[in-house]
Amino acid sequence: MYGFEALTFNIHGGYLEAIVRGYRSGLLTAADYNNLCQCETLDDIKMHLSATEYGPYLQNEPSPLHTTTIVEKCTLKLVDEYKHMLAQATEPLSTFLEYITYGHMIDNVVLIVTGTLHERDVQELLEKCHPLGMFDSIATLAVAQNMRELYRLVLVDTPLAPYFSECITSEDLDDMNIEIMRNTLYKAYLEDFYRFCQKLGGATAEIMSDLLAFEADRRAVNITINSIGTELTRDDRRKLYSNFGLLYPYGHEELAVCEDIDQVRAAMEKYPPYQSIFSKLSYGESQMLDKAFYEEEVKRLCLAFEQQFHYGVFFAYMRLREQEIRNLMWISECVAQNQKSRVHDSVVFIF
Amino acid sequence: MEYIDRLPAMDLMRSEKMMLVQLIIPVESAHRAVSYLGELGLLQFRDLNDDKSPFQRTFVNQVKRCAEMSRKLRFIKEQIHKAGLTPSPSPAPQPDIDLEELEIQLEEHEHGLIEMNANSEKLQQTYNELLEFKMVLQKAGDFLLSTGSHVATQETELAENIHVNDDYAETSSLLEQVGSNFQEMLPGPSNQTGVRFISGIICKSKVLRFERMLFRTTRGNMLFNQAPTDDQILDPATNELVEKIVFVVFFSGEQARVKILKICEAFGANCYPVAEDTIRRRQITREVLSHLSDLETTLEAGLRHRDKALISIGFHLAKWMNMVRREKAVYDTLNMLNFDVTKKCLVGEGWCPIFAKTKIQEALQRATTDSNSQVGVIFHVMHSVESPPTYFKTNHLTNAYQEIVDAYGVAKYQEANPAVYTIITFPFLFAVMFGDWGHGICLLLGALFLIAREKKLGSQKLGSFMEMLFGGRYVLLLMSLFSIYCGLIYNEFFSVPFHIFGNSAYRCRDTTCSDSRSVGLVKYQDTYPFGVDPSWRGSRSELPFLNSLKMKMSILFGIAQMNLGIILSYFNARYFGNSLDIKYQFVPQMIFLNSLFGYLSLLIIIKWCSGSQADLYHVMIYMFLSPFEDLGENKLFWGQNVLQVILLLLAVIAVPWMLFPKPFILKRLHTERFQGRSYTALGTSDIYDDEEPDSAREPHLEEFNFSEVFVHQMIHSIEFVLGAVSNTASYLRLWALSLAHSELSTVFYEKVLLLAWGYDNLVIRLVGLAVFSFATAFILLMMETLSAFLHALRLHWVEFQNKFYSGDGYKFRPFSFAALNEDED
Repeated sequence: MYGFEALTFNIHGGYLEAIVRGYRSGLLTAADYNNLCQCETLDDIKMHLSATEYGPYLQNEPSPLHTTTIVEKCTLKLVDEYKHMLAQATEPLSTFLEYITYGHMIDNVVLIVTGTLHERDVQELLEKCHPLGMFDSIATLAVAQNMRELYRLVLVDTPLAPYFSECITSEDLDDMNIEIMRNTLYKAYLEDFYRFCQKLGGATAEIMSDLLAFEADRRAVNITINSIGTELTRDDRRKLYSNFGLLYPYGHEELAVCEDIDQVRAAMEKYPPYQSIFSKLSYGESQMLDKAFYEEEVKRLCLAFEQQFHYGVFFAYMRLREQEIRNLMWISECVAQNQKSRVHDSVVFIF
Repeated sequence: MEYIDRLPAMDLMRSEKMMLVQLIIPVESAHRAVSYLGELGLLQFRDLNDDKSPFQRTFVNQVKRCAEMSRKLRFIKEQIHKAGLTPSPSPAPQPDIDLEELEIQLEEHEHGLIEMNANSEKLQQTYNELLEFKMVLQKAGDFLLSTGSHVATQETELAENIHVNDDYAETSSLLEQVGSNFQEMLPGPSNQTGVRFISGIICKSKVLRFERMLFRTTRGNMLFNQAPTDDQILDPATNELVEKIVFVVFFSGEQARVKILKICEAFGANCYPVAEDTIRRRQITREVLSHLSDLETTLEAGLRHRDKALISIGFHLAKWMNMVRREKAVYDTLNMLNFDVTKKCLVGEGWCPIFAKTKIQEALQRATTDSNSQVGVIFHVMHSVESPPTYFKTNHLTNAYQEIVDAYGVAKYQEANPAVYTIITFPFLFAVMFGDWGHGICLLLGALFLIAREKKLGSQKLGSFMEMLFGGRYVLLLMSLFSIYCGLIYNEFFSVPFHIFGNSAYRCRDTTCSDSRSVGLVKYQDTYPFGVDPSWRGSRSELPFLNSLKMKMSILFGIAQMNLGIILSYFNARYFGNSLDIKYQFVPQMIFLNSLFGYLSLLIIIKWCSGSQADLYHVMIYMFLSPFEDLGENKLFWGQNVLQVILLLLAVIAVPWMLFPKPFILKRLHTERFQGRSYTALGTSDIYDDEEPDSAREPHLEEFNFSEVFVHQMIHSIEFVLGAVSNTASYLRLWALSLAHSELSTVFYEKVLLLAWGYDNLVIRLVGLAVFSFATAFILLMMETLSAFLHALRLHWVEFQNKFYSGDGYKFRPFSFAALNEDED
């Protein structure tokens, strides 16, 4: 029913769309970032943030402030907003909102499993987990010894269970395995999310397919770059790419055989949207790639707000807020460590 | 014209005259000067550091310190609140302390509180754990008794179960003590093959998943026993009351034990060792119980100590909070000031009413002497181009009406204030729609109640609805008085007419009065002296009569109020010396409105006085359609035809009169002013600009854009012409709402109360009475009041104020400690 969602969207989604657009207007602007970048101490940052929507969350923090506290409180705000929206949402928006958190869930699973592998304390690991990706039995992950147990004991109850079909092996867990598991899970998750959005149809499908395709392509590039020089075979690498996106399928063939960063570049430059990203980088450089991708992502996420009556705004808002928290973390770190010259290295302005 | 100027000035008509002043304050007396000004509350500072972010300003550190102190105060307040105490100001006056001292004291108090909390928390945790242990001992003991003595022979390896949970052992030395006693009592090698068990306690909500997880990990090789605890207990980790379940898991094998312990940890289940042996178990239970009672007394003592400390802080809390708030406001204000070149003085600018000049100077003088400053504060008036803020001095009564006007828009500086008239016209128009003296008396009682308890209600916090009612108590009072007045005119008391002012002028044709509804009544004596004759009620011509009366009355009120609006626009133009507006706006507007609708009003009055049967619709419509035709039977007075033609001509002329001259004259004036000047004047203002870039003295040169001015004028004229018709029609809402109100109350009275009274049954009568009173209270007194209020509001905002009120000013917000306290609460 493409084009007709405008008639009925507001029955269930209107309130929340208004809410999310209101939240979006609370995002920090370039002027805010400029002010934040001039801060001398973390207290200055707190003071500046207290004039923004983060104010109530930070005002009761005692004064010697830490970067982690700032990030924690800012994340808490995001989580509160998310929970509010989820509580108000009806189907299929609630499922859509839940999909947004699966990525964090995968990251948390990987974090706990890797942590246990290196014999870290579970409580300490739990504190590091992203609060959006928490599920009930997450602490039990520490019990599992291999993938099969991991699945059978814990993950079968979580929404991640279907994504595990690809990676159930009896092999013991090690770093490489876990990383492959993360990427396989992510691939399955993105594909599932993509299918779900296509099923929703309308503007949601249109906008989300663009955003998810970008996400999939970015992961493909990252997998390629990270697996250069490892023992991962080409076929295995090829298997980790999601089966959609701008690069699918021919780009994937090319990426699968890349041996260094310049080959990746050559493969990517055939695609106009990515050409502009790579053209900003000098040859042989991959450090700034993350930032370039983030900037492109932010641009696309902001564009999602240009259209009305679709769920993409929720996804976009969550992502933008996460980017903002990353920015705040970077700025606070730079301020705390007296590295103010590097402040602009990783901050992505949203507006 | 001279006469008007000689009239005494009305306070509320024009806002206070303001002036822009500059203060040059020596640094050493700045703080004191600003706080004295805050106590005075008559100066609005302008922010001279608009371009600087908050943390780049001069007094940022002090502001931060204040914020930190208020955070501590909030913390203490929260603690007091948590402890269930109410902070009360101390009976004895306390000595004043300065900010530094307060800061140190707060630091100490916070530190002490945190320490006490930490201690009591630790104890509380231990206490809770022991409590859980007790529960587990009781419940698990039962299982062990029942699950058979046959296993008991093998299970001597219980010692293994003791080191269940490392961190719990660390936190509770007492428990450890118990545990170690326990360990001593349980010697014996661990048996690797036998059935063992782990006992513990877990939240009720998690128990299902916990059991499932255990089942999965051990592949079903376990036995899970559970029993709910008798009552809710505090969770040691989160300190919340939760329902918990005691469990005992039987299993075999070392690996399973490790896994189960891990799962317990992951689920936040606290494991406690339970002895197999009944005698030992009893012994341990005894020990636990004794420890529990010990802890209880310790906890209580700690609590008492903390409460005492909190109460002593609570004495000062309100004062301290107030003080910190004031300090923060002072520093925020100081941040708005600029340092001068020498860095020895602070330069501030602000608005103040002219009458406050001496008071401010006195305050500044006081500040100088009190802070032993060598140099006084320099205070001088500056010339300003920017429009000053609007400040009306209001009292209890006028404030609510001023708020009504301000809700639409704050008056431009020195503009005629509609609130002056609103004080009477608003309640009156309300009452025209709400005319019933029964309902009016109910409202009056409510308003009097609010006013009588003004002192008490004013000091306490009210809900948003009560707050609104309380704020509008004087509006309510006047509304109810007028509503009683209008009700007397309409002769309605809960829709029932009364013979208050003598006998009715009408009576029946015959003695039976049987045809009064069909044929009508005859007039036999003088007209009823005041208001509507009670005989109209229920008669055949009741509705036509009342409708005609109310409709015409609404039009008269409407035209009168709109004329008042236009006249006010004359006073505005006169006050601001704008003869253009008088000649090309006020005069044609007056002519247009009155030649059409003023004429209608005239006809209405003539018809009322003469008792003529003329059809006014017909007269008005044919005045436009065929102005020269003879009026025939609709003629009301001699020369009406000629008058109509003249009025029509005047109205037609008035429209282009409004539209064209003003923009052209403005254009001519503009070109004349700049004739022969191809360059703009070289001002000395540049020099000032460098010094004070944000100063209000900056003149802005306006571009003259003819098309814009013309379009603006066109919109205004069209709006007025169309508005004259639609606004007049809009006043008919007075009639409509009044009709609705009286019909509605009639329905409730006749169809509910009278119907119920018709039965000779007490229950039905009571039910009828109840329904009637509820309907009266909720529908008539609340909903109808609200709707009539809103309609009166609209008539004032739109129909009345659009004739003269621009409402684009901004409010005077002086820096004042009194306003500060209101904001925070």
